[in-house]
Amino acid sequence: MSEAQDFIENTVKSNDVVLFMKGTKDFPQCGFSGLVTQILNYLSIDYTDINVLENDEIREGVKAYSDWPTIPQVYIKGEFIGGADILRDMFETGEIRTLLDTKGIAYSVSEQ
Amino acid sequence: MAMEAKEIEDMIVEALPDAQVTITDMAGDGDHYMARVVSKEFIGKSRVSQHQLVYKALKGKMGGVLHALSLQTETPE
Repeated sequence: MSEAQDFIENTVKSNDVVLFMKGTKDFPQCGFSGLVTQILNYLSIDYTDINVLENDEIREGVKAYSDWPTIPQVYIKGEFIGGADILRDMFETGEIRTLLDTKGIAYSVSEQ
Repeated sequence: MAMEAKEIEDMIVEALPDAQVTITDMAGDGDHYMARVVSKEFIGKSRVSQHQLVYKALKGKMGGVLHALSLQTETPE
């Protein structure tokens, strides 16, 4: 496996929640990536953000890894969950909480 | 070079003949579409697999010439 694939594999296997995105969690540089950071931040989930803009091999490698053509990509406990559409749908239907419970991921809903 | 809504619809229907496809141009620039796809092929499949079916139908255009295609996949009632 290539270096990029190794990095991706190790990252998703050694971090509970990983977000491959354009930009960073504090400075998303694409609307779709920004949407996912908002969802994860709203749920106060602790996650690792990987800025694919810094490394083209990872940017293309992660698409091959999950057989998914776009960024952002969310992984929970090593499993590819989806991109912006799927995260938004799961958030709106509440499925995201069931998934987080099943996977044993801590989250809380900020009551502002 | 963006894509026409009709071109997207044709490619999806070519791969999923029973699919009902509704495409909305979100930004009017031919590059940010929302596609709602209803097909029997999605039955029993996870959302990720459903979306992957549609991406395969678009033969590599997704993420390339087609920058952003929001997807809503559903099974027939």
